[in-house]
Amino acid sequence: MQKQAIFRSKLLPYLLVAPQLAVVLIFFYWPALQAVIQSFLLQDAFGLSMSFVWFDNYIELFKDPAYFESIVRTFFFSFAIAVSSLAFALLLAVMADKPLRGVMLYRTLLIWPYAVAPPVVGVLWIFMLHPSLGVISRYLRAAGIDWNPLLDGNQAAALIIVAAAWKQISYNFLFFLAGLQAIPKSVFEAAAIDGARPMRRFWTVTFPLLSPTIFFLLVVNIVYAFFDTFGIIDTMTRGGPGTSTVTLVYKVYSDGLLGGNLGSSAAQSVILMILVIVLTGIQFRFVERKVTY
Amino acid sequence: MANVTLRNVRKTYTGGFEAIKGVNVEVGDGQFCVLVGPSGCGKSTLLRMVAGLETITSGEIDIGGRIVNQVEPADRDIAMVFQNYALYPHMSVFNNMAYGLRNRGMKEAEVKSRVEEAARVLELAPMLERKPRQLSGGQRQRVAMGRAIVRQPKVFLFDEPLSNLDAKLRIAMRVEIRKLQRRLNTTSIYVTHDQLEAMTLADVLVVMNGGQVEQVGNPLAIYEKPATTFVASFIGAPPMNLMSARADEIKSQLGNAGDAGILGIRPEDFVITDQTPSGGVALPLAVEAIERVGAETFVYGSRAQDAQRVAATPGELPPGDIIVRIPGTEAPAIGARIRVAAVRSKLHLFSGDGRKRIEV
Repeated sequence: MQKQAIFRSKLLPYLLVAPQLAVVLIFFYWPALQAVIQSFLLQDAFGLSMSFVWFDNYIELFKDPAYFESIVRTFFFSFAIAVSSLAFALLLAVMADKPLRGVMLYRTLLIWPYAVAPPVVGVLWIFMLHPSLGVISRYLRAAGIDWNPLLDGNQAAALIIVAAAWKQISYNFLFFLAGLQAIPKSVFEAAAIDGARPMRRFWTVTFPLLSPTIFFLLVVNIVYAFFDTFGIIDTMTRGGPGTSTVTLVYKVYSDGLLGGNLGSSAAQSVILMILVIVLTGIQFRFVERKVTY
Repeated sequence: MANVTLRNVRKTYTGGFEAIKGVNVEVGDGQFCVLVGPSGCGKSTLLRMVAGLETITSGEIDIGGRIVNQVEPADRDIAMVFQNYALYPHMSVFNNMAYGLRNRGMKEAEVKSRVEEAARVLELAPMLERKPRQLSGGQRQRVAMGRAIVRQPKVFLFDEPLSNLDAKLRIAMRVEIRKLQRRLNTTSIYVTHDQLEAMTLADVLVVMNGGQVEQVGNPLAIYEKPATTFVASFIGAPPMNLMSARADEIKSQLGNAGDAGILGIRPEDFVITDQTPSGGVALPLAVEAIERVGAETFVYGSRAQDAQRVAATPGELPPGDIIVRIPGTEAPAIGARIRVAAVRSKLHLFSGDGRKRIEV
């Protein structure tokens, strides 16, 4: 069978791919190139002149203790968000995989939060946990907890982690459920006959058989926690109090747009770009293999 | 070593569907019992109830003198071989076989010796470190067998274990399973829809249909004296010819036939002859098709006289059609008019609804 399409005109194929290429070039390569160029430039305070400074922006960045704090914070956030949302999603998926009455309803409801945009997630959680507006905050204070994420950096961090993890649970749940359903039921039955109790069955059969899914989701969740939490952070804490919820991505925004330091902001984006390339590489290298157990 | 007794076992699903409608079966110690029937007859459900994978709505299942209705599958001391083998894909062959032993806290030295012994018996020794996906279908089947035998359970349960293998391997494994079961002398229950597998393996054959047991007994005894028209047409290939015993042509030949409504004659019990054996039945046939398969020839003929439908579901012939099995050396021409006859002792008589065998 001939798979190659044959065009009579030499121009037509180029015209057909042109819109796609234009989108990629204008919205991806061009800004990326701009960022790389910008990261080698230093702009004066009034934006009147620029000078080429080689790697000064990068060197400044790595000398800055705030940047290191932000790196550590981002990794901690990612780890906490990925682990908690994966763990909850797995628990829910194992529960929803059982033949229950109304199971389709549970499954649908569990998938819904994924349709909520990150800034909306932020607003929802603010309504619940804002120190003066929040519904839950009142009970927390009544229970004797000094709840004020606007002043307490750790509480603010916890808030971001909970909101970000909550949103990602749906996505993970969907993949875990599909993963569980791909395992033949008879394998679990064989394990039951082989004398494995439910907990042992989970750790020796279910968990290893889900490991390809878990690894895939781990990478996806880390990428999510790194980059897609921007909306949640911006609506909930704006990086505060202080800098206690400033992640690497938020720092690009706050240093560049709020702080006006375009050179440093660009250098930070380039570093993040490299990070994304590495993570994508890992994903392709390991996850694309069909069987990893 | 154990008897397995099913006493009036029933299974009703939520929604009211009755899958098993009161089954009584007794499998003696060390016997090989085969449950056979068409798909949807409840044979797999019944096996899964013995395994503890399906709940029992009412009745009792007794394994080795203990009623196991409320006992977990792990505690019934049974081992099961699944149709798709259900091997643990992430474990090596060794670990697949060792899993059930380790779960029961057996010492590692004992685990090793048992698995190695099973691997030797099943000729799996060179592939103990491989993963299931690196094995052929037949080898996976052996691993599934190995996983069952290392446990040395009271009962083996087989759920159509050979249906995923090709025809040649299926026959080889069938013999292997029988030899293994004889040597281990472990009570076994085996589910299949293949009547040939059922005939060759069983000490006790249980023919099921629509959630009920049609007949229980020695396979040859069932073959020789099927209790219902269902059994008559299900056991034996090609199936028994069933025809109305009330048609004038047959009624006059039969003489005293009680209140029989259906006459059955196996294809191999016909001979092509001009004579009519005393008390037997002779039928004129128009030859419509011939199948020559080497050792034997099947003649498909039609009886114009008999257009009355006979109530037998599986393998039912169009009314009036008769299959005759003759030696492979001879074959009448298509379109020829022949006369076939069967002696009295080879006739099977059933009640009009096919539910009862009538001996005259």
